Amino acid sequence: MSGEIFLFLTLALIAVLTALGMLFSKNTVYAALNLVINFITVAIFYLLLDAPFISLAQVTVYAGAIMVLFLFVIMLLGIQQISAELNWRSLILPGVLAAILLVEGLYLMLARTGAGLAFSVTTTAALANPSEMSKQLFSDYLLPFEATSILLLVAMVGAIVLTKKEKGGDA
Amino acid sequence: MVSVNYYLALSAILFTIGALGVLIRRNALVIFMSVELMLNAANLVFVAFAREYGVFSGQIFVFFVMTVAAAEVAVGLALIVTIFRSKQSIDVDEMNSLKG
Repeated sequence: MSGEIFLFLTLALIAVLTALGMLFSKNTVYAALNLVINFITVAIFYLLLDAPFISLAQVTVYAGAIMVLFLFVIMLLGIQQISAELNWRSLILPGVLAAILLVEGLYLMLARTGAGLAFSVTTTAALANPSEMSKQLFSDYLLPFEATSILLLVAMVGAIVLTKKEKGGDA
Repeated sequence: MVSVNYYLALSAILFTIGALGVLIRRNALVIFMSVELMLNAANLVFVAFAREYGVFSGQIFVFFVMTVAAAEVAVGLALIVTIFRSKQSIDVDEMNSLKG
């Protein structure tokens, strides 16, 4: 029991530190790399929560595809032009707002669930089974699944149209 | 067994850091990364509650959120590239005209 809490606290510390590192790094590449570590940490949390398929999808889609796309755009634009200065003086008002948001979020979520709620379902062998999940995905959630294919197609076409240089103009 | 409350608290902290990033950073790329962090915090709650109630719905919803996030990043980064070409900057404070 204590081993799992130790693992959770270590991973949570890494996740929070890398998120803060993403927030305060002046170099955009370091921000992206911090976020990759954060995503991998969250993938390990998914493994702890008996969701191996989601964990692997997290690593391949988020840490793999999305962050490589970010890094690709950073390299494409050039790092020198896009390193934005962080103004510490303008941090006060957003910091207060974020603190209020944190208190509200913690209160709302923790007040509803009650203190010390252990996971009620102990038999989770079925939950960690991707084929059981896919049965539900392709029956109950078939329509949203098909809708995502349209969404991805529209996003792909949109990205190509937006970045395409017109022949006549200089844009 | 780690209680679901720990995951909720961690998710709230990560979401707040993401919201703070959207508020304080002026670099459009870092703002996008903060949005991804917030989506990820929401995903963590989905999976934690799927584990709590022993149902697949939370995991399946996370699957859809990942799809939407991928589409959002593709279109958003295309927009950033286009804006950078016309203004030579991706500082959101300088995006103040509708006509590039």
